[in-house]
Amino acid sequence: MHWRMKAVERVSVTINGAEYSHEVEPRTLLVNYIREQAGLTGTNIGCDTSSCGACTVHLNGESVKSCTLLAVQADGEDILTIEGLADGERLHPMQESFRECHALQCGYCTPGMVMAAVSLLKENPSPSEREVRLGLEGNLCRCTGYHNIVKAVLHCAAGASATNGGAQ
Amino acid sequence: MVVSIMGTRVLRKEDPKLLTVGGTYTADLRDARLEGAAHVCYARASALGAVSGVDVSGALATPGVLGVVTNSDLADFPLQPPQMDLFPEEMLRRSWLVDDAALFVGEPVAAVVAESVVAAVDGAEAVEVIYGGGEPATVIDLEDADGDAEVIFGEVGTNLALNLETVDMSTGFSDGDFFEDCEVVIHQRVENHKVAAVPLEGRSVACCWENGSLTVWMSTQAPHLVQGVFRNVYDLSRKDCRIIAPDVGGGFGQKVNHSQEEMLLPELARRFGRPMRWTETRTENLIGFGHGRAQVQRVTLGGDADGKVRRYRLEVICDSGAYPGVGAFLPYFTHLMASGTYDIAEIETRCRSVVTSTAPTQAYRGAGRPEATAAIERAVDIFAARCGRDPVEVRAQNLIAPERFPVTTAVGTEYDSGEYARALEKALEASGYEDLRREQARRRAEGDPRLLGIGVSCYVEITAGPAPGGKEYAKVEITPEGGARVLSGAFSHGQGHLTTFAMLASDSLGIPIEQVEVIQGDTAQIDKGVGTFGSRSLQLGGSAVCDASNQVIDLARETAADILEAASADVVFDAEKGFHVSGAPAVAVSWADLAERAEAPLSADSNFFAAASYPFGAHVAVVEVDRETGEVTLERMITCDDSGPLLNPMVAEGQRHGGIAQGAAQALIEEMRYDPWGNPVTSTFADYGIISAAELPSFELVVMETPSPHNPLGFKGIGESGTIGSTPAVQSAVVDALAHLGVTHVDIPCTPERVWRALS
Repeated sequence: MHWRMKAVERVSVTINGAEYSHEVEPRTLLVNYIREQAGLTGTNIGCDTSSCGACTVHLNGESVKSCTLLAVQADGEDILTIEGLADGERLHPMQESFRECHALQCGYCTPGMVMAAVSLLKENPSPSEREVRLGLEGNLCRCTGYHNIVKAVLHCAAGASATNGGAQ
Repeated sequence: MVVSIMGTRVLRKEDPKLLTVGGTYTADLRDARLEGAAHVCYARASALGAVSGVDVSGALATPGVLGVVTNSDLADFPLQPPQMDLFPEEMLRRSWLVDDAALFVGEPVAAVVAESVVAAVDGAEAVEVIYGGGEPATVIDLEDADGDAEVIFGEVGTNLALNLETVDMSTGFSDGDFFEDCEVVIHQRVENHKVAAVPLEGRSVACCWENGSLTVWMSTQAPHLVQGVFRNVYDLSRKDCRIIAPDVGGGFGQKVNHSQEEMLLPELARRFGRPMRWTETRTENLIGFGHGRAQVQRVTLGGDADGKVRRYRLEVICDSGAYPGVGAFLPYFTHLMASGTYDIAEIETRCRSVVTSTAPTQAYRGAGRPEATAAIERAVDIFAARCGRDPVEVRAQNLIAPERFPVTTAVGTEYDSGEYARALEKALEASGYEDLRREQARRRAEGDPRLLGIGVSCYVEITAGPAPGGKEYAKVEITPEGGARVLSGAFSHGQGHLTTFAMLASDSLGIPIEQVEVIQGDTAQIDKGVGTFGSRSLQLGGSAVCDASNQVIDLARETAADILEAASADVVFDAEKGFHVSGAPAVAVSWADLAERAEAPLSADSNFFAAASYPFGAHVAVVEVDRETGEVTLERMITCDDSGPLLNPMVAEGQRHGGIAQGAAQALIEEMRYDPWGNPVTSTFADYGIISAAELPSFELVVMETPSPHNPLGFKGIGESGTIGSTPAVQSAVVDALAHLGVTHVDIPCTPERVWRALS
């Protein structure tokens, strides 16, 4: 097959409600685009094999590891990163739970972990401890032993259900 | 009345930033001084062996590549001084990049400098290492290396890097039958394999030169230690060598020491006349810098048939990797802690480190002490089994009694304080030990394929050690607004000092924690310092904060006396009111009043020295083993970890959780492996079994607080306790699950394959 790859491709995305448009090499990973072109360095890189989840963001409302996508694949899509999660000064309930439960230490896995946790509760609003552990299996943390992360997610779920009339 | 902030669960000041925009790690820096920085990617040896040349033509032809530096380009650049000079000189002379032989796979061969990271990586892939000029000695297994089957450094004539007896870091073995008077003697070979520290952020550096002054931003645990090394290599004054550690994404020992790749960066910046950046990939982190533990031990324990332990011999062979450094020295800690928590009359240790064709061994959380605990705990388990006694009873029978502290063990280590039996009792009680044993008996009787195992470990370790102890620096200043600034030489990279050190200053000075700012990680702002490792920071760095705060109070008393028109001897300070004349608190002088009056800023510093302390505890692990597949599930971890009084229990629990997980991971799945040709086969997170949330339970923590007499607030370190206690407890639980089938030992990691083989 004869084909030629263009040296650069234009990518236009919405990140945290703002429009971004850049020319990138087609091989550019979404995570590199977010960090280098969009300049949003809250999203981190922790491995080369899509194992660690430090780069987790939301693509059209669902969590993805942004190293598993090329930037060009995200063209035209809507992305949410850690920088866009809080409502101005008001922390998202998951961010609040992470703080209250001491679910972070060095903070490196935290943006990805929080984004994954928000997505997890969207899919399963009242998970069991086991479901939280399985749901976050793809997000690695070396500091917390996961204990307080699991606690924070359950705490957030309980808080949300309390504000929704305490449904179990 | 003011309630002290000490001992309370203050939420972290660090967190709002980390949770909203993320930390500013080295690769995130957008500092103006790094404008126009070039990027480095190191081409690495993909095989062991003699190297006759490096072809960089492909790299130079790669778009965006600015140049390539190989070792032959560095002939005029002086070698960096060795980490420690305990080893044969030939083993210490490590070139900056591979010279005539690659001694481990992953060793850096060439620095490719380019306009972008991507171009640098493309260039590095085009570098060709030309192998030839001799058969390489390839020695992967440390026991093979110990036997000198093949010798890596021919001119040395042996793989022995260090016999620790020759530097009084182990006792050696006496002639004659050491165990002559023992009724029961057990012997076991115990592996304590290589594991990777894997902080989620790998190594990362950026640097620039301005008029002969160097600024380095680096992901490190110890900015001031690293400053000393950069100064040495680049012959710079303190003022001309500034090290800034921004947010650091974990360390676990790996970032205490420095590497070739990091130290070479300023030279590349100088040559290319541009700021320079390097951030490693995960694979580079796994193969390029080194691993922890890496010991094979031979334990022999003897005593009476009723379970009383009398004599212990510990032989340690440590794999130092291709270039001996701190890893080769760490068996000293294993020797120091050989006695564990037990009263053992006679102990002999024989420790040595050998070079192998693998990445150099580094410190990893616990660094020499987990290996000591693992050895003695395994020995006590096997001894108890041989005596036909419950392992818990034999432990209780041999633990050092509380009234004996301070106590010097048979290897000469003086433990400061401890109540070992109480820690064991508390952990057992919380575990429901008797019920667990009953459940185990029921399952065995019914032939349940889900085997239950209960493992117990008792541990004691050294923090801020070894003897005589250590120092850390802090300076406390009163701001013009009446707040405080704490400048600390310790360096938190997840430990929460911005909060906990602020709590200390707040408590001493009576200034609300919101008005206390902790500054760390910048050698230009902080005069001295060491860094954060070895669980030293609270007892040394925290004590320094308290000491400096108290000095500030003394200094301020004079000015306060002037304002109050009283004799300074009559002026008292209380944290709630401020300075006032004794008995007359209604008229008081605040820090803001004092700051306004003081001619120079009120400040004091402290380079606080404290002797090492000895945290201790007991862990109980409960595992289920699938008899058909050998799969181990960690069901429960119950730990009692005593590190003295707790400043912030929430933060201390976090340290324990992380430690327990890493220790359990070593017992269950994590292992850094090489194939027989020296290829690292666990070189990504897809291969290296880094533990995830799915493999762990929530942990059950029991509180106990026994102060150390070695620092004013009685603190001991908590950073490594979890790691030290959990590995042997989990291993013991796995063996216990199989004990009724005649299994007495399974080496770690207790993978399904290993367990299944033990069952077959």
